[in-house]
Amino acid sequence: MKRQIPLLIVIGLGLLFVVHTFVPHKISEDFYEWWQTWSKAISPFMVLLGIMSLFMVHSTKIKRKTANWQYSFVTLGGLLITAFVGFMWGTREGTPYMWLFKNIQMPMSATMFSLLAFYIASAAYKAFRARSVEATVLLLAAVIVMLGQVPLGAQISHWIPDTSKWILNVPNLASKRAITLGVGLGITATSLKILLGIERKYLGGD
Amino acid sequence: MKKTILMLFLFSASLLFSQDIFFEAVDNPNDDGCAIQLRWDASNISSTKMNIERKDDGGEASLVQKVDKAEGEYMDGEDIKPSIEYVYCFSAWDENDQLIEKVESVVFAKAQWFNSEKISLLILALIITAAILFFIYSAKSGKELYIRKIAGLESIDESVGRATEMGRPILFIPGILDLDDMQTIAGLTILGKVAHKAAEYDAEIIVPVCRSMVLSTAKEVVKEAYLKAGRPDAYNPDSVFYLTDDQFGYVAGVDGIIMREKPAANFLMGAFYAESLILAETGFASGAIQTAGTAMPSQLPFFVVACDYTLIGEELFAASAYLSKEPNQLGSLKGQDLGKALFVILLAIGIVLEISGVHFLKDFLTVY
Repeated sequence: MKRQIPLLIVIGLGLLFVVHTFVPHKISEDFYEWWQTWSKAISPFMVLLGIMSLFMVHSTKIKRKTANWQYSFVTLGGLLITAFVGFMWGTREGTPYMWLFKNIQMPMSATMFSLLAFYIASAAYKAFRARSVEATVLLLAAVIVMLGQVPLGAQISHWIPDTSKWILNVPNLASKRAITLGVGLGITATSLKILLGIERKYLGGD
Repeated sequence: MKKTILMLFLFSASLLFSQDIFFEAVDNPNDDGCAIQLRWDASNISSTKMNIERKDDGGEASLVQKVDKAEGEYMDGEDIKPSIEYVYCFSAWDENDQLIEKVESVVFAKAQWFNSEKISLLILALIITAAILFFIYSAKSGKELYIRKIAGLESIDESVGRATEMGRPILFIPGILDLDDMQTIAGLTILGKVAHKAAEYDAEIIVPVCRSMVLSTAKEVVKEAYLKAGRPDAYNPDSVFYLTDDQFGYVAGVDGIIMREKPAANFLMGAFYAESLILAETGFASGAIQTAGTAMPSQLPFFVVACDYTLIGEELFAASAYLSKEPNQLGSLKGQDLGKALFVILLAIGIVLEISGVHFLKDFLTVY
């Protein structure tokens, strides 16, 4: 029963959503809206689950004094302070919550994101080493595309931005679409397996 | 008698041709009966003010739209209910505010039971579904199905074995999207297999997640894998844990785990965005053997560069069937292949037809 009931819910609702895709009738639309409302109601409970997990993992680290346990205080402190100021003074502009968001959360996120620039450079170095014919073609294509995106490319020759556009719109787009078609089919097959109850691993089953 | 009929005909014809404004209100097709399409052409008259009104049950008229173009269309979707009669009036005035003409149109909005614009989608879905079911049935009845080797999936044993030998953990990241994304589900099916191997080899597995719903599912998947491997005692509930929903907060957390714990094998399976390269490059710098899989075309090049093995697009979804080797799962892979062949044929025919100036196929396959 522990497996059957969730499986029945998945199959039943899955089929209803397939029907909804093709049926624009009000009954179908009303059902979809009703379901959306319920799925929104589930979200707060799921947040609670995440917070509980965070508390359990970090409180265990502090209790057992595992390696770097001091940082768990920072995590839990950050969570509690942010939640406290959010509940006390709201989340609008000018509140302490927004101050924390703008002065701590945003700069930290931006720092992580900016790391990408350095990683792209190292990844590009690895990808563009002309070790084989294919890698050399890749290198040439990348140089043309990059030059085509900046004013310098057009100043050298109009041929560079034109070729850059062609590379992006023809071979690049064709391969992207081929991947997308494969992904679409993969999603269809996986959805079908879930609907038929063949795929049950996501429930922890066989 | 003949004269009378002729007179009547001429009178009706003169009335018909005297109408300078074309106006019609029709039911918007393929919807839930909550919209009316209005079309007009008043290019034959010179008017300074035009508007469209709608009369309710009591005959009270309310303004629907002020018209500033002589020809056009408008979709009225405000307070329209199915199976109720609506009367629309198109009125035009001259510069002296004298009514030039008023045209009425009566319409019923109908709720449709089938969206005919999606007929091509339905036909293709039915063909692919039939192909998948046929191959599942064939595989079940004992027919041998050839499946090409997928290096990324073959390497799971090698990666887990390496982690065991080195005495270091295995890191599994099921993407950053929630359970409603198929890539996350595909990632979790691979997690089951990796966790099973980890349990067999007695290796530690770490699964940081960024969605609460994924947390509960991943916990269940790992627990079940340990149970199946006959090692329920080795299962550590804290091995699957929640970090944060924030994209870069999650990246910072995972990068920290990679640098501190130095996992010997990293699995990145699911949906990834800008964080893909940050995670993969950090893993590369730590010297871990890395296997990644995603259906995000824009993130694939990053994984190809920074990881040892990459599951490209559909390979991620094939993983479950490939790893289980169950006939009904393998059958679905063959069905997918047939779908691909169908797409290739349709594309080839479509290209030929479009070059020839025949747009039937493109129009048929376009879903609005």
